[in-house]
Amino acid sequence: MSAVESDLRAFIAENFMYGGDAAALPTDRSLIDEGLIDSTGVLELVSFLEEKFGLVIGDEEIVPANLDSIAAIVAFVDGKHARVAA
Amino acid sequence: MCGIAGFLDLPGAAADKTATLARMAAALTHRGPDAHGIHLDGPCGLAHTRLSIIDLATGAQPMSTDDGAITISFNGEIFNYRELRADLIAQGFVFRTTSDTEVILHLYRAMGPDCVTRLNGDFAFAVWDAKLGRLMLARDRMGVRPLYYAQRGAMLAFASEMKALFTVPGIAPDLDLIALDQIFTAWAPIAPRTGFRDIAELPPAHMLLATRGNISVSRYWQLDFPRMGDAVVTDEAEAVEEVRALLADATRIRLRADVPVGAYLSGGLDSCVTTALARAEGCENIRTFSVTFEDAEFDESGFQRIMSEALGTRHSALACSAGDIGRALPAVVAHAERPILRTSPVPLFLLSRAVQQDGLKVVLTGEGADEVFGGYDIFKEAKLRRFCARQPGSARRPRLLQRLYPYLPRLQSQSPAFLKAFFGTDRDDLSDPLFSHLPRYRTTTRAKAFFSAETKRATAGYDALDDLRATLPAEFAHWHPLSQAQYLETTHLLPGYILSSQGDRVAMAHGVEGRFPFLDHRVVEFAARLSPELKLRGLREKHILREAMKDLLPPVIAERPKQPYRAPESGVFFGQGAATELQDLFAPATIAEAGLFDPGAVSKLAAKAARTPSLGFAENAALVGIATTELLRRRFAAPAQPALQLASSF
Repeated sequence: MSAVESDLRAFIAENFMYGGDAAALPTDRSLIDEGLIDSTGVLELVSFLEEKFGLVIGDEEIVPANLDSIAAIVAFVDGKHARVAA
Repeated sequence: MCGIAGFLDLPGAAADKTATLARMAAALTHRGPDAHGIHLDGPCGLAHTRLSIIDLATGAQPMSTDDGAITISFNGEIFNYRELRADLIAQGFVFRTTSDTEVILHLYRAMGPDCVTRLNGDFAFAVWDAKLGRLMLARDRMGVRPLYYAQRGAMLAFASEMKALFTVPGIAPDLDLIALDQIFTAWAPIAPRTGFRDIAELPPAHMLLATRGNISVSRYWQLDFPRMGDAVVTDEAEAVEEVRALLADATRIRLRADVPVGAYLSGGLDSCVTTALARAEGCENIRTFSVTFEDAEFDESGFQRIMSEALGTRHSALACSAGDIGRALPAVVAHAERPILRTSPVPLFLLSRAVQQDGLKVVLTGEGADEVFGGYDIFKEAKLRRFCARQPGSARRPRLLQRLYPYLPRLQSQSPAFLKAFFGTDRDDLSDPLFSHLPRYRTTTRAKAFFSAETKRATAGYDALDDLRATLPAEFAHWHPLSQAQYLETTHLLPGYILSSQGDRVAMAHGVEGRFPFLDHRVVEFAARLSPELKLRGLREKHILREAMKDLLPPVIAERPKQPYRAPESGVFFGQGAATELQDLFAPATIAEAGLFDPGAVSKLAAKAARTPSLGFAENAALVGIATTELLRRRFAAPAQPALQLASSF
């Protein structure tokens, strides 16, 4: 598990599962369908990603394709980092 | 307006029965502080607590016919009692009083239990027919007035509020975990279930007939809509005229009282309509009341001022802080007798106290207009979700979802793609009868994540939505989607929450009777026959009501978009000015002792609420739901019963 995924799972466990076990959450499972995030949760998630990983996330990037599963979020964060590094 | 209670076949000596009736009445004193009365006749006992509104001098209850054969204990008002009285006098009945109570008594003599079909009013009553040895209980069509009952062996007990039932030997307050599941899904227990095990609600529009050892419950009225394709009222001019005439008459007969009538004036369209109609009926300088909030997100005082000045009312505004709400929350839960997921009943509890202190006993309110004329945002939401679902690939259609909920900035800022996901436009089954409400139920259900392992075990395999689907009439499938959504609101949430936790209970806590012109059954029945487009025209809610009333209202009110009535939630417990003493409700030891919720998860939620100025909908619902469940448990001092049987006795 990458450091990004580990941090992300910890955040989800603390904030959206209230201490529950995020380790068992499949990486490709929709966080909305799981009932873990709503409109407020999305904004909390974006704030977390910006603060934790030093990202600037544009409005156009706040879409389910980037943020609705652990796999999507990790890929999104990695992609942003890669673009910055390049 | 009053409280009623009684029993059939309670074992014991007459003195014990009388004492039980006295205890039941005492538990309902807040509903009727003006007088108490009890009546014991063979196997039947009736109790009554009176709030005198009509026929102050001779309307005492329980009231019997001259021969003593029929006795009634009645809570509520029959608004067409003068017309019914004239009919009965023409038939030869002789009246001793000018009360509406005696009208029911004689109407029962004339028609038997079918008398309820002639009543236009808000009522819950018990009639003891000594000759037949039969007790009749009945409740109004929309569920304005409450009525609960419990069977224990051959004994039947009933009361306006469950706290009176708990004074009867053998009836204990055990929390019902299935009801908890229902509330944490659909905001209210699904009638006849209540928050307590083996206590039933007599559903709205139902009557119960009991003779020794035999009880039957039957429906006497049904909210009905035309089938798709059937004739509906489509002519706007005709509809405008009829809506205006019906609402004017509904208001006129609701001004009948031997005490002054005031009005709630929230600043929204509906209460402005009822206040304006009252003024048009001759109520000059009517007293009006409203709640204001410090937080601009919830406050409507600007609109209240506009309307009060336009109508020349004598207006009182009650400022309500988050701390005020918190401090009153325990009392509200004691009156509501169930967990609630919103704090919105509390300001209305505080408002009824202000009305009482002002010396008034009766207020008109605009409640019901959203259900009857299609005002709720959820109706627009369902329309847009259907529109999106018909073209799943469309990028343009989901943008319309941004036009919903302009008062929720966090939702407004979302991309159309997320809005589609939140509103389930791609996944919800269009043929599901609950389609209109699925996003709400899905969001609310998230609050069940805080259930303890024991509660989860006790409710495992139970689906509240299946129970809700089972309540729908066979005709439901043939109705227009808007009619279906209206039915769900009108038959579940309206009686189960709006008229009870947020209506009767918090008003009667201070001996204040609410009257609801929009819930006159003639208005409800006519509105059901209107073309859906006359109610929800595009995304303009309550179109026909706005058209029918625009000459009575300032344009800024007549055209004002729906602003749902909401109150502060997590701020009640946490943050500046909060009622911090309530934080103990979330303490791990407290939660663990009750066994209903998960102490660790609740602690995390409380910690999040303490550090975050505003929580999401489900988190707020969970926070308020957990707090009020614990308050309910403390108030009624009963341990939870996790080992619950799913098969209920009702």
